[in-house]
Amino acid sequence: MKEKNVIQVKDLTKKFGDFTAVNKITFEVKQGEIFGFLGANGAGKTTAMKMLIGISKPTSGEATVANFDVYTHPEDIKKNIGYMSQKFALYDDLTVRENITFFGGIYGLSKTKIKEKAEALISELNLQEVANELVGSLPLGWKQKIAFSVALLHDPKVVFLDEPTGGVDPITRRQFWEMIYKNAHNGTTIFVTTHYMDEAEYCDRVSIMVNGKIEALDTPKKLKEQFNVENMNDVFLKLARG
Amino acid sequence: MKTILYIIQKEFKQIFRNKGMLPIIFVLPLLQLVILSNAATFEIQNIKFSYIDNDKTSLSRELIDKFNASTYFNVLTNFSSEKEATSAMLQGDVDVILEIPQYFERDLLKDKKTNLSVIINAIDGATAGVENVYINQIVQDFNKKAQVSLFQPEDLKFLPKNIASIPSFWYNKTLNYKTFMVPGILVLLVTMITLFLSGMNIVREKEIGTLEQMNVTPIKKHQFIIGKLFPFWIIGFALLTIGLIISKVIFNTPIVGSLGLIYFYTAFYLLVILGMGLFISNFTDTQQQAMFIAWFFVVIFILMSGLFTPIESMPQWAQYLTEFNPVKYFVEVMRMVMLKGAGIAEITPLFLKTIFYALVMNALAVWSYKKTN
Repeated sequence: MKEKNVIQVKDLTKKFGDFTAVNKITFEVKQGEIFGFLGANGAGKTTAMKMLIGISKPTSGEATVANFDVYTHPEDIKKNIGYMSQKFALYDDLTVRENITFFGGIYGLSKTKIKEKAEALISELNLQEVANELVGSLPLGWKQKIAFSVALLHDPKVVFLDEPTGGVDPITRRQFWEMIYKNAHNGTTIFVTTHYMDEAEYCDRVSIMVNGKIEALDTPKKLKEQFNVENMNDVFLKLARG
Repeated sequence: MKTILYIIQKEFKQIFRNKGMLPIIFVLPLLQLVILSNAATFEIQNIKFSYIDNDKTSLSRELIDKFNASTYFNVLTNFSSEKEATSAMLQGDVDVILEIPQYFERDLLKDKKTNLSVIINAIDGATAGVENVYINQIVQDFNKKAQVSLFQPEDLKFLPKNIASIPSFWYNKTLNYKTFMVPGILVLLVTMITLFLSGMNIVREKEIGTLEQMNVTPIKKHQFIIGKLFPFWIIGFALLTIGLIISKVIFNTPIVGSLGLIYFYTAFYLLVILGMGLFISNFTDTQQQAMFIAWFFVVIFILMSGLFTPIESMPQWAQYLTEFNPVKYFVEVMRMVMLKGAGIAEITPLFLKTIFYALVMNALAVWSYKKTN
């Protein structure tokens, strides 16, 4: 059973001076799972995620991602994960194809592999027309989809998505989630933060962070039963308001 | 290695796609080289010269003609009184007032000596000093000729023989100021552009958030740094090359020493500057901050480089400080190699210091760049 956990976190804590941003959080994420990581702004989601992707050192506690320890092997973790944030999609001053080539290249894919992947990605997203256009000229929704595909180029075990659908129209969001489902089905673990509670319903399991602590962690269905409410939105409101 | 190539490729694409930056990188510096080298000169010419001739004899006119003939002086006005002359100087119309006393010719013939009064505007002390030298030269010259023409042969026997020193100016025979300035200004441009570009480049990725993305990839620190800095290393060489061509074609600056040596030295020098740029970008969050800090250093580096003011004239503590100035080394090396034809042996001490500096700067840069905080 243990090997199947792609992410294992125990008592993970991050302090900035006197302020405890992440307070002893504990959870596991299984392979192929879509794990929703929810919380209000400032609840500590991003800080927790940064520790898991190896760009922030925890103050205490344990965490492994893809069986690598976040303290001792952050660079090995980076080989096995993909990351996509709302803030940054891709390089705006490179074309779609150039972005694919660059990210494929720095993850160490071979030239032929990159070509192959690029063609597959372009035809899958119907980007033939804009493949040689600068990414900066594309609409945000397209960029997000391309960015997600680029994050998957090197077949990572886990993909971390930091509010991937922020500012994107409902149709694109729908398509985006279809992409997520497809990849999860293929065995990629998805770790996603979001503000949209309807998206939380799509997740296999959801954790809700309040003031640095995980206050709830279960399937959406069980959480709704537990709090005796109709939808995830109310679960979130009950928790976040205390 | 392959990863580095991918980064370099990306950087070059981004640099050459930035239509606003290209002219800043290549055109502006070279315009500066042309303009600054012509304008930043210490040669003092067109001195606003005036005189008060209280004698009005052929000899006094001869003296004034000598000033007139000199290319350094513009003989402006003849004032009739000292009062008029001083008020003109107050207004800034004249820089130098020469007052020829009454009985100038008579005294010179009779007593073999007389006095001239010279007033110089000395707000700029250095200029005033040079003007004084020019005036003395003309007066001395006049003196010699006057001796020959005025004195009887028997007088000459008792005069001391003139001791004349004939200077020979090495390395810059014609005392061409541009020959001195062009290599220095070239150094300045190469330094400024590479420092600004490298400093701002990584901060820019911080600003748009791509640096975080890079930190989540398995790129190794050294791969990222080399990939990032290599393009600017090449741009530094390109600037040096274009600058050298301009200095040869437009200014006809001699290149006595080996070009290969200049490039070899520059290869290491650029590492110092690029390391510094990276170091700055690691401690700043925005391009403005990086720009300000880079400017701060550049201004100090330039003023303390010996480019405009000789380091030997600085106070001792300032001279010690210049040891930390990479620009000083480059200026010295360029002048030594280009003008004196110095070889590797002569510049070795400077070379070693530069290499040491490059090591320290890049170690600091690599150390301060953290993928994990």
